[in-house]
Amino acid sequence: MEFAELIKTPRADNVVLHRPFYPVVEGTLCLTGHHLIFSSRRQDNVEELWLLHSNIDSIDKRFVGSLGTIIIKCKDLRIIQLDIPGMEECLNIASSIEALSTLDSITLMYPFFYRPMFEVVEDGWHSFLPEREFEVLHSVTNEWRLSYVNKDFSVSPSYPPIVTVPKSIDDEALRKVAMFRHGGRFPVLGYYHKKNGMVMMRSSQPLTGTNGRRCKEDEKLINATLRPGKRGYIIDTRSLNVAQQARAKGGGFEQEAHYPQWRRIHKSIERYHILQESLIKLVEACNDQSHNMDRWLSKLEASNWLTHVKEILTTACLAAQCIDREGASVLVHGTEGTDSTLQVTSLAQIILDPRCRTIRGFEALVEREWLQAGHPFQQRCAQSAYSNSKQKWEAPVFLLFLDCVWQILRQFPCSFEFNYYFLLMLFEHAYASQFGTFLGNNENERCKLKLPQKTMSLWSWVNRPQELNKFKNPLYEANSLVIWPSVAPQSLQLWEGIFLRWNRSSKFLDESYEEMINIIKYNKELQVKVNLLRRQLAELKTDDEMQESL
Amino acid sequence: AEPLTSPDVENVKLLDRYTNRKPANGTLYLTATHLIYVDASAEVRKETWILHHHIATVEKLPLTTSGCPLLIHCKNFRVAHFVIGHERDCLEVYTSLLKLSQPVKPEELYAFSYNPKMPKDNREIGWKLIDLKVDYQRMGIPNDYWEITDNNKDYEVCNTYPPEIVVPKAVSKTTVLGSSRFRSRGRIPVLSYFYKENNAAICRCSQPLSGFSARCQDDEQMLHAIKQANPGSRFMYVVDTRPKLNAMANRAAGKGYENEDNYNNIRFKFIGIENIHVMSNSLQKLLEVCETKSLSMSDFLTGLENSGWLRHIKAVMDAGVFLAKAVKDEKASVLVHCSDGWDRTAQVCSLASLLLDSFYRTFKGFMVLIEKEWIAMGHKFSHRCGHLDGDSKEVSPVFTQFTECVWQLMQQFPCVFEFNERLLLEIHDHIYSCQFGNFLGNCYREREELKVFEKTHSLWPFLLQRKQEFRNPLYKGFAAYRELQPNTLPFSFQFWCGMYNCFDKGMHPKQCVLDHLLSCVSQKLQLEDNASELENKLPFLDGPLPEEACTLSKIINTSVESSKTPMLNTPQDYEGEPPALLTNGMIAGDSDVKLDQDQKNKDSLVDHHDFPGCNGTTGVLESDTKGESLQPQ
Repeated sequence: MEFAELIKTPRADNVVLHRPFYPVVEGTLCLTGHHLIFSSRRQDNVEELWLLHSNIDSIDKRFVGSLGTIIIKCKDLRIIQLDIPGMEECLNIASSIEALSTLDSITLMYPFFYRPMFEVVEDGWHSFLPEREFEVLHSVTNEWRLSYVNKDFSVSPSYPPIVTVPKSIDDEALRKVAMFRHGGRFPVLGYYHKKNGMVMMRSSQPLTGTNGRRCKEDEKLINATLRPGKRGYIIDTRSLNVAQQARAKGGGFEQEAHYPQWRRIHKSIERYHILQESLIKLVEACNDQSHNMDRWLSKLEASNWLTHVKEILTTACLAAQCIDREGASVLVHGTEGTDSTLQVTSLAQIILDPRCRTIRGFEALVEREWLQAGHPFQQRCAQSAYSNSKQKWEAPVFLLFLDCVWQILRQFPCSFEFNYYFLLMLFEHAYASQFGTFLGNNENERCKLKLPQKTMSLWSWVNRPQELNKFKNPLYEANSLVIWPSVAPQSLQLWEGIFLRWNRSSKFLDESYEEMINIIKYNKELQVKVNLLRRQLAELKTDDEMQESL
Repeated sequence: AEPLTSPDVENVKLLDRYTNRKPANGTLYLTATHLIYVDASAEVRKETWILHHHIATVEKLPLTTSGCPLLIHCKNFRVAHFVIGHERDCLEVYTSLLKLSQPVKPEELYAFSYNPKMPKDNREIGWKLIDLKVDYQRMGIPNDYWEITDNNKDYEVCNTYPPEIVVPKAVSKTTVLGSSRFRSRGRIPVLSYFYKENNAAICRCSQPLSGFSARCQDDEQMLHAIKQANPGSRFMYVVDTRPKLNAMANRAAGKGYENEDNYNNIRFKFIGIENIHVMSNSLQKLLEVCETKSLSMSDFLTGLENSGWLRHIKAVMDAGVFLAKAVKDEKASVLVHCSDGWDRTAQVCSLASLLLDSFYRTFKGFMVLIEKEWIAMGHKFSHRCGHLDGDSKEVSPVFTQFTECVWQLMQQFPCVFEFNERLLLEIHDHIYSCQFGNFLGNCYREREELKVFEKTHSLWPFLLQRKQEFRNPLYKGFAAYRELQPNTLPFSFQFWCGMYNCFDKGMHPKQCVLDHLLSCVSQKLQLEDNASELENKLPFLDGPLPEEACTLSKIINTSVESSKTPMLNTPQDYEGEPPALLTNGMIAGDSDVKLDQDQKNKDSLVDHHDFPGCNGTTGVLESDTKGESLQPQ
């Protein structure tokens, strides 16, 4: 297919653009295969707009006489409006945008066409290899091994080719366990807590069904992660009720009788359309500026967004608490083990492991616990808050995770190497990007699409010093301790940087951030200066002494 | 030392409000001014100080197996839940506290016994620190239109106004007196703020005694003179901050609001801020929500909505914004009133001044603003804060709302205030503490009668002494921002956890950006000093300067230490897990409880007590922070 077929009107003049925080401006609109480009043709390019088609969530069109108006709602939650003279032009452009923003084939997406304008210093596709992660683990414990049992993705289509499992469990056993777990997602190592050797495993639900099927290898596998005489905790991210219902569909949960060394805790993290609806309601509430205070608060409440944030954070804290405070190992799963499970395991690691609070470490976490662990980004992030389609598999799971990280960052503003902009950037790229990182639903698909060969990795771009600087938290001071966030409702806030971003000016907040950077930068420079002076002073002294002694 | 009024009570537990943690066990002392709880179970001595004046309510709850619970709610939103071993002790403490927390005579108030041990001169200088005349001068008054008069020197015009009032030059004393007879409690229109740039003024008064048809020529003349004092505008606003219905109801009582037909070129407007009783109920509801154990997000947001608190805050802010816009954009003068003109009017006028004039966003300016619009103009602090045993219906969080509006502005404009949130909380504490004379009584005349200027101290110099701890490191200076135009859409207002859950440290951010930046600021000063000293020394160096090198390295060491505050905190009660998780001793094992950073800071006000680390008003040593918050070494 040629993009040209989809673009009946590639260019329109005298188009009027309305967008947040900019004055209304007239100019020329161009459509390319991947971008909507608007230019007022002023010299300074201030009034230019480049919008990726894949960032477009939905469009509305309406006509007054022959003047057409297209309202474009973006996945980053921005809303822009284009007034296009001429009904035919407007219709053509609208249908082109609609087609180009909903391309079926991944290989037609922009990352396959994007050629970077920067020099690649480090190829991000190779920045976070499981083998290297394992080396770190291997230096502290030899109880674990890398298994290549899934190297052809036949054991679990959504697992990566390489996983970390207890040393005592062979690949044959893993294959059996995979048969007993939803989607073949047998328990694997998510995190090793160096402080006490406790671990966090993750998996999908066991397929016990209504007749209480069991699997000796499964029991052996997870028991292999326990120290002698120790008990562990299974955190099921579903309520007991939901977990019981799952048995009717062949799923289920670990029976006490078969897992006597494990204590099961049920939490209730919502999934799929419930989260999607929550996002839609929240964004609706944020965008409607006609609300009075009561209406706003009741809409905020009705969206349930912050309830989800609180529940996810609470569960993550619980997992971290079991590991760090109880000295117990933990297995986390929900149904598929690709959504709420990953929210919990990744947040628990941020709480427990200072490494995950660095930029590099957080990238590794996203890579390990989300991309390689098989969170279906392609499905979940296909649409954002303005979508009309009620597809079952769209859900802001990753956005909720980022929101939870934002909440922890707010409570521990000095413990993270990255700032809010870093989280915002990840949100944007998860939904629409020139990079291939978030394409596909798992390693299997990425492999087939040859993403590492055909697209650029987000990390290749982010990890360049000039980009990194924007994402560095000036307040950061490495903090080697476990950080326990408060989950009281009074402590949690709406993430204004995402949800109010286009609804109110952030000028004064941005200025205060700049000011903070300046204060800290100035101090650092002063420190350098004082050190230099001290050295000069010391040198002069030694010179004098030498002269005296001569 | 203060004499103890009752014997120490031993075997007292202090419960943690939010968790099932093992409660502290210790001894309770009552002094003439404070309740002091000393936790004996901790390794480090921990004390909780509660000023009797801060106590709002004391409740004796039904006897439990572990003892007799005593629940204390404070006006600064502390909640202390004690369990006393013996019922007889509990009853004794309860009765004592009831008496101690409700003084009957003004002389019993703390300010009259508070002795910071300083020379007598300092007290006088302290009271002269804020001079309202200087502020009027700063605005350009007296000028062609306005003058400062002593019309009210014998309280002839109004006994709740100060002796000196600012009125249009064009009005005679007869007119002033005439108008005063037509205004509720004689509170005539006087100047609150004069906007030099365009001569528009904000004036304030009480409601007119218009009833259904009454009018008063002097009052009409007064308003005309105010309008004429702003030649740039053809009209002036008259803003009634009450809901229209309330104002109409007042007409039946011979009060009411201005009839547009009777006054020349006025534009009349209702703003709809609720009365003190509604506000008081609203706060009560809010506090009930804040206090709920294991609160769900949904219940919190619903409770927040049902309390109406943020709705009221928004109404006050909207009114302030309306005034500021009228003055700045429409160049029109505004006359503001409510019923008596000492609650809503004070809120709205002082907010408008803050929005219009960056001076009021400085330390000194903010103090001037409170002295001018609240203290001098007769906001009834004694009644609103319930300083003395009296009519509880008069108690209302009017000043609290103003304080919160300022805080909301700080959230939107982090670089425009010279001071930080802690100054707001400190001032808020002191309107209840009665430790200083500023907030005693209900008006200037009462303070004169109480001889507060001779017998008590003024708060402001004590706050200025602690400027370092109250400053806003992000402040960009007086000239960086002029008028502020806050966003008043509902989502711009946040719940103020630092106020209403002030003592629940576990809920606050565990690392404080403010502390970090404050230490940067002091570090900067030291580094600059050092750099310039070193620079001076360098060319003339002719021998070793061990002293110099030594101080420098010390500074660098301390700065590194202070900025790398190690953290120790423990998980909260992440509710919902089976009890086994909680009873496993994991939460109790927090032995490294130490002083909280900001409490250490609070410590520096004055050491006037024999008890270590007392600042006289707020708890210096917290028990309820146990194991929840960041504990710097």
